[in-house]
Amino acid sequence: MPHLENMVLCREPQVSTLQALFGERHHFSFPSIFIYGHTASGKTYVTQTLLKTLELPHVFVNCVECFTSRLLLEQILNKLNHLCSSEDGCSTQVTCETFNDFVRLFKQVTKAESLKDQTVYIVLDKAEYLRDMEANLLPGFLRLQELTDRNVTVLFLSEIVWEKFRPNTGCFEPFVLYFPDYSIGNLQKILSHDHPPEYSADFYAAYINILLGVFYTVCRDLKELRYLAVLNFPKYCEPVVKGEANERDTRKLWRNIEPHLKRAMQTVYLREISSSQWEKLQKDDTDPAQLKGLSAYTHVELPYYSKFILIAAYLASYNPARTDKRFFLKHHGKIKKTNFLKKHEKITSLVTLQLLTLVGHDDQLDGPKYKCTVSLEFIRAIARTVNFDIIKYLYDFL
Amino acid sequence: MILGTWDRVPGFQCIKMSSRKSKSNNVIHAEYLSQVQRILRERFCHQSPQSNLFGVQVQYKHLIELLKRTAIYGESNSVLIIGPRGSGKTMLINHALKELMEVEEVSENVLQVHLNGLLQINDKIALKEITRQLNLENVVGDKVFGSFAENLSFLLEALKKGDRSSSCPVIFILDEFDLFTHHKNQTLLYNLFDISQSAQTPLAVIGLTCRLDILELLEKRVKSRFSHRQIHLMNSFGFPQYLKIFKEQLSLPAEFPDKLFSEKWNENVQCLMEDRSVREVLQKHFNVSKNLRSLHMLLMLALNRVTTSHPFMTAADLMEANQLCSMDSKANIVHGLSVLEICLIIAMKHLNDIYEEEPFNFQMVYNEFQKFVQRKAHSVYNFEKPVVMKAFEHLQQLELIKPMERTSVNTQREYQLMKLLLDNTQIMNALQKYPNCPTDVRQWATSSLSWL
Repeated sequence: MPHLENMVLCREPQVSTLQALFGERHHFSFPSIFIYGHTASGKTYVTQTLLKTLELPHVFVNCVECFTSRLLLEQILNKLNHLCSSEDGCSTQVTCETFNDFVRLFKQVTKAESLKDQTVYIVLDKAEYLRDMEANLLPGFLRLQELTDRNVTVLFLSEIVWEKFRPNTGCFEPFVLYFPDYSIGNLQKILSHDHPPEYSADFYAAYINILLGVFYTVCRDLKELRYLAVLNFPKYCEPVVKGEANERDTRKLWRNIEPHLKRAMQTVYLREISSSQWEKLQKDDTDPAQLKGLSAYTHVELPYYSKFILIAAYLASYNPARTDKRFFLKHHGKIKKTNFLKKHEKITSLVTLQLLTLVGHDDQLDGPKYKCTVSLEFIRAIARTVNFDIIKYLYDFL
Repeated sequence: MILGTWDRVPGFQCIKMSSRKSKSNNVIHAEYLSQVQRILRERFCHQSPQSNLFGVQVQYKHLIELLKRTAIYGESNSVLIIGPRGSGKTMLINHALKELMEVEEVSENVLQVHLNGLLQINDKIALKEITRQLNLENVVGDKVFGSFAENLSFLLEALKKGDRSSSCPVIFILDEFDLFTHHKNQTLLYNLFDISQSAQTPLAVIGLTCRLDILELLEKRVKSRFSHRQIHLMNSFGFPQYLKIFKEQLSLPAEFPDKLFSEKWNENVQCLMEDRSVREVLQKHFNVSKNLRSLHMLLMLALNRVTTSHPFMTAADLMEANQLCSMDSKANIVHGLSVLEICLIIAMKHLNDIYEEEPFNFQMVYNEFQKFVQRKAHSVYNFEKPVVMKAFEHLQQLELIKPMERTSVNTQREYQLMKLLLDNTQIMNALQKYPNCPTDVRQWATSSLSWL
């Protein structure tokens, strides 16, 4: 189908395999098909597009959304009802608690005229979550055609391989289909496809080339790359907009964008800052080192004494006990001065922030023992704010 | 009559005729192929009732005799049909029931109850299902029963017809029988076997299971009431029989509308059977798994390649199908990883070699990776630590590495111990096929001491 190929790029072999598997409307197909491949390799998109374009009766359910068996089964039945009785307007919501009821109700629903003689497709996206639900769901869905004695095919989409799904005593083996990852050429083609109309396709293709050159060794996820492409394009166009260069000055454009992309890898790619912050950064051209990251640690502002308790905890956790005398005689007095009650409060608040954790049993008589769980960089940052050179006191750095 | 310029030339006239003929041939082919697809798909994907019994005639006789004794002579029986997945247990019982129902006096009298361990996950649901299948919902109404046994005996009493002194024979078929043994106290099984031992109602209990050790799963009191009759289906045919099955499964039945086409098709199947490369493919398949279900999958894949432009199956189709069936899925996943992720896997491989498969954590992997990066030519891989951490977490999401114990707050993420779920041969094979693998990465994979 020609227009299908325009909608689904670089996936022609998979589309034709799926079409061949589906066969004609009234033919039987495999009772269950398992499709696996990396995230953003087009599994969901291709399956949905194909089923919609061929107008085959299908129900699409996401196992992350329907995380209990009841939600999953009810959603399938309700969507099926919608399919059959689209003329009736709104139909009653079905309640279904067990798989047994599901099979019975499924048989009833598929008796409808509009579904007769056609294969009904049930697509379960993110199927790896089925393994954590009730144990009879996965084997049941694999055999749904046999259990209901109807023309139904269940498609499972997942990024985990089939071997990790197989139950202990075996099950009905599905047909396993692999969606290969996109090669760099494919990625180039797909990313260049959504170029904004104001600029030429070649200009955008050169930009994508540079983007892939920076990010391809780190990440081949199409969704991530698309996100980065959209975010950074305004910066790439800046010289052209400002009039400093025209569209063909590849060297100038490259020199402008390359450090920016490298910075993006350290911040936006890691979701350390949000995309709105990144866009603001591009406009104002501020130094990204001054930006406050999104991660919790950089937002924590501890009171003065809490910082010392944390530093003391870090030293106590990571220095061997025998070295304490060597380091701490001088500072002994300082820690003793704090009020005992306030110290206890501060310790519990540090535990709530997960900077300290409780180690050992509650029934130890000489008080609870704690451990410090922050990284070295963090404690150095904290120590710097109180002018305490922690490196001098750490055994590992002597 | 004015003839067209082409018609006057004899040679061209023939071509024009034959092109017209091939077009009509195509149309005819398409219709027949659709029929072929329908028949074969029903055979491979759906359990069509016309399938033959291969090599299980003895077991079939045993089963049908047992069923007849219950249905006609009112004798109670219990039997377990045991066999690996795909060996034909359900097909056997369905065949036997079909033959049984063809006997006149049986079809009016005998009732069937089909239970499945996957559907009836506890005894309460099972009892409701039995009530429903015996069409006794109205009779039961709102009655409340003290125990399971009371309920079941009430149901069976209700089956007694007005003038007869004994109730109708009931055949219980329990699929996934081993799942019923996990119910609380095995109440359903106990009661069914109990009734089959006492002379109240003629009852046949037939369990289907894939577990050979099913008798160990039964409680003592249940086991003692079971008749210990077992029918084993062990796929006990050899390769020559497998070839015959292959031919029979692909051939079109005699009732096919166009005799000419079906003869051509069946001849083609015979040629395939005698082809050496096809035999190799089938031998490979037979060595991995004997059961018919995997053969059906292979044939279905080959059938997908049959179209109007390619109407008869060839040996190449079967070889392609075999390739698809025997792919290594983990290698496919490794094929799609980024270069950084591949480097991390190689670092883990080296750690496994040095420390003999001891678990590692992210910091250890990062240090190993840094040893590689610090060699002068490799500064292109000098990524920040959080970027490497993101790649590490992606590997965890794909379940290529797994934590030794559940994630706890006690340890930081970088220091949690993990295990790699790929072995060295898989990694090296995957690296061979990895697209555009940088040579220095490949060299690093083969030896970790090349920095010396």
